[in-house]
Amino acid sequence: MAVDTRKCVGCSDCVVACQTENSVPIGFCRDWVVEVTDGTYPTLELELRSERCNHCDNSPCVRCCPTGASHYDKGGIVVVTHNKCIGCGACIASCPYDARYAHPDGYVDKCTFCLHRVEKGLLPSCVATCPTKCMYFGDLNDPKSPVSIMLKNRKYKTLIPEAGTKPQLYFLI
Amino acid sequence: MREELIVSGRMNPFIDPHLNIWHWQIPLYLFLGGLAAGILFFAALFYLRGKENEYRAAVKIAPMIVPIILIIGLFALFLDLKHKAYFWHLYTVIRLQSPMSWGAWTLMIITPLSFIWAALHIKEVFPKWDWKYQWLKDIETFFQKYKKVIAWLMAIYSVILGVYTGILFSAFNARPLWNTSILGPLFLVSGLSTGTATAILFSKNHEERKTFARIDLLLIAIELFLIVHMFMGFLASTQVQIDAANLFLGGPYTAPFWMLVVAMGLIFPAVLEALELIKFRIPVYIPAILVLFGGIMLRFILAYAGQMSRWLY
Repeated sequence: MAVDTRKCVGCSDCVVACQTENSVPIGFCRDWVVEVTDGTYPTLELELRSERCNHCDNSPCVRCCPTGASHYDKGGIVVVTHNKCIGCGACIASCPYDARYAHPDGYVDKCTFCLHRVEKGLLPSCVATCPTKCMYFGDLNDPKSPVSIMLKNRKYKTLIPEAGTKPQLYFLI
Repeated sequence: MREELIVSGRMNPFIDPHLNIWHWQIPLYLFLGGLAAGILFFAALFYLRGKENEYRAAVKIAPMIVPIILIIGLFALFLDLKHKAYFWHLYTVIRLQSPMSWGAWTLMIITPLSFIWAALHIKEVFPKWDWKYQWLKDIETFFQKYKKVIAWLMAIYSVILGVYTGILFSAFNARPLWNTSILGPLFLVSGLSTGTATAILFSKNHEERKTFARIDLLLIAIELFLIVHMFMGFLASTQVQIDAANLFLGGPYTAPFWMLVVAMGLIFPAVLEALELIKFRIPVYIPAILVLFGGIMLRFILAYAGQMSRWLY
């Protein structure tokens, strides 16, 4: 997934769309919007980022899960099998992006890129809802997917690549 | 100037404002696991060297408490789980990449070993002990034949257990304070040190106490050396690890760590043990209890401070 930080207005619709689509319990969220302000008035620079699980290629959460509940699913999406999760919290501690939380029902929960929607050919609900259409989703191995095209044409960055997890959430800058 | 805000609002308990997933259960378990590893290691060591009668407290008496402390530790681990009814999934797979997985399997091996070792010596420690049933006596005589094998397994697995209590933390690169391989040896040495302290507490033999005071002095010296190295490593590393070290060098954990762990838990008992070795009369239980106290504080402080160290925001 790629998020255009120049188109995002920080409305947080993606957060509400996700909470509604995935019945996220009240008080929790699977995605969130970060506002970064650089400089001193009047020379300020603003960056808005809609953040979520980075579905890393080298996921520390998958590595440290003692039961294999956290695993790579279709297309490299990182998913937790709820009835295999023992709620030990190792994956929550292992995530440098702090993208996971413990669901009140006991298992650990996080963004799934709306795998249940993607399987039906739909877009993740945050992408589908975004009023400025600032998010691009698709298969990075397919050169014609919207996300591949954006990454070809635009400058981008990932968050803390130095953590060594090979994050797959790209921010267009 | 840079300001980073989560404008959509995020207050997920366990993550915000900083990681808050592991509480007293984990450091308590790490302490008890290290203690069990220390006691079993010295029991096996002195037995294999044929000194079980000279070092009666270490080989026979102290191991009596190991099954109890391992059960308490395992129960604390169980309390920590948030999906408790599913805990048995731990034992459906072996995932070598996950320290928690092979740690769970190590416990599966060392807990029965500690029960067997305690059972083999219970008659000597409690002369009135009676197994009551013939089949229990048969089991004891069966294991009596393989005592040497059990001792070897115990020596190996106690080292694995001691190292594992540290690796559990150091495997998380997301928490810069924990992400140092020194934690493995540090927790192992600290565990062995608490093991010697327990042997000193249970021992009534002056020579045995003296030997263990000497071993403990060496272990404390190694521990101090490892702590200094840990901070040197942090300060020579990346910004996130420098920040992690600063939690202890001016940050909120400065006083607790240097006072409770380093001064009270390491230097003070080392001085007392050294004084005793040069013939001053010091009640032995004081340094021993201080070492145990330092061991528990080390784990509590590292567990809580590690959750404050992070990469983002």
